[in-house]
Amino acid sequence: LRRQAERGREKKESSMADGEGNLKLLGLHVSPFALRVRMALGFKGVSYEYIEEDLFHKSELLLSSNPVHKKVPVLIHNGRPVCESLAVVQYVDEVWAGAGPDILPADPYQRAIARFWAAYIDDKLFPAWTGFMKAATEEVRGEKLKETHAAVQNLEKAFSESANGKAAFFGGDSIGYLDLALGCFLPWFGALRVMFGVEVIDAANAPLLAAWAERFGETAVAKEVLPEPDKALAYATKLKAYWASLNK
Amino acid sequence: MAGGGDKLKLLSTWFSPFGSRVQLALHLKGLSYEYVEEDLMNKSQLLLESNPVHKKVPVLFHRGKALCESMVIVDYIEEAFPDAGQPLLPSDPYKRAIARFWVAFMETKLVEPWMRMLDGTRTRAEMTEGVKQMLAAVATLEGALGQCSKGKPFFGGDSIGYVDVALGGLLVWVRASEVLLGVKFLDAARTPLLAAWSERFASLDAAKAALPDFGRVIKHAMMRRGAAAAVLAANN
Repeated sequence: LRRQAERGREKKESSMADGEGNLKLLGLHVSPFALRVRMALGFKGVSYEYIEEDLFHKSELLLSSNPVHKKVPVLIHNGRPVCESLAVVQYVDEVWAGAGPDILPADPYQRAIARFWAAYIDDKLFPAWTGFMKAATEEVRGEKLKETHAAVQNLEKAFSESANGKAAFFGGDSIGYLDLALGCFLPWFGALRVMFGVEVIDAANAPLLAAWAERFGETAVAKEVLPEPDKALAYATKLKAYWASLNK
Repeated sequence: MAGGGDKLKLLSTWFSPFGSRVQLALHLKGLSYEYVEEDLMNKSQLLLESNPVHKKVPVLFHRGKALCESMVIVDYIEEAFPDAGQPLLPSDPYKRAIARFWVAFMETKLVEPWMRMLDGTRTRAEMTEGVKQMLAAVATLEGALGQCSKGKPFFGGDSIGYVDVALGGLLVWVRASEVLLGVKFLDAARTPLLAAWSERFASLDAAKAALPDFGRVIKHAMMRRGAAAAVLAANN
């Protein structure tokens, strides 16, 4: 019954922009990429129907809306699917441009900085920490952790360079594109702390990011959708069992 | 460092497909720029300072700032010069999202496997797998071209768009890879739309200005492969 409730539809109410009837999001409660989109929609105050996918038993709707990748998130707006988390976040920013603050800044150079680091997060940080989590040997685990920390160091530097490290978020006084791109991983970083006793964002080596992570966790959008680390932990356990079964 | 004012300066190499993307965008927008050739075997202070994270070309300099990552630069050109030439992205958010989707697909499914194969240290099995992945990506892009163009000449419709620039920048290297790997990626029988598109694209003025000479790229790639093989041999 609980599984049914979890897999069932959750309606998100909002008083502001109305997308409700025409807006569905296919996601997974712990998917960082889906969380980016949920936070973006929350940021704009847009209502939508959330559909939790079981990635081990993908729905017809997911398979037909994202035939190329068969992955979440998929935002279906007026029957038309939009895929790729960063493309979806930009879509949300553009469609609901009037509703609430901008996700990407107005200045072309600032937009380029945000896009550069979001691409870095996806190309370098994500493979490093997921590689760490999936590593089969101590040797690979050590390598991947080094790569993860190196990526975090670059992001620490990026934060120190944006507004001289004095702003609360990458986006300035309020969160923006890059905050969403990185903040979605926080539940998983919490899970890695429990699973391996490692700190991805270590307050000693990355003090600005560590403080940022605390602040981000306290924002309304984060509180609304980011799951507790134990949810990511439970899912990691499920994934491990699945990978093990593949290796039989 | 880079000089201020509104002047554009592009740091790249004659053979970089990523640099070609930026040059395509600049040409299509009618924007003039200073071109500086980088020596990747002996990286300049300018490169190391302006792109410390990746130490790669292209880097575009504008108003004292350095822009890195080819498609981030293309987005910047589109947004910083809204009145120059025609837009590469449509105004409709849904169509923009579709263009971004296909560029993201291209980067992870076509470019990534290809870059992995180019480092010269792959086993035969890895090369075979890489070629398979590239062929699958091209097959999907064939479908994408059909959907996006709806019978018109380009992904962008009647005129070149964002996806055309992203794929077009790679064109000479894709053709060169056909020779180096002995595999036809843009095949008139298997991918007729892409094959026709690539001929059409190559004949554009912007392509002639932005893409390197095919023969020169083949020679360069063979030299690099020879060098990589020599390193491999020396280490075994």
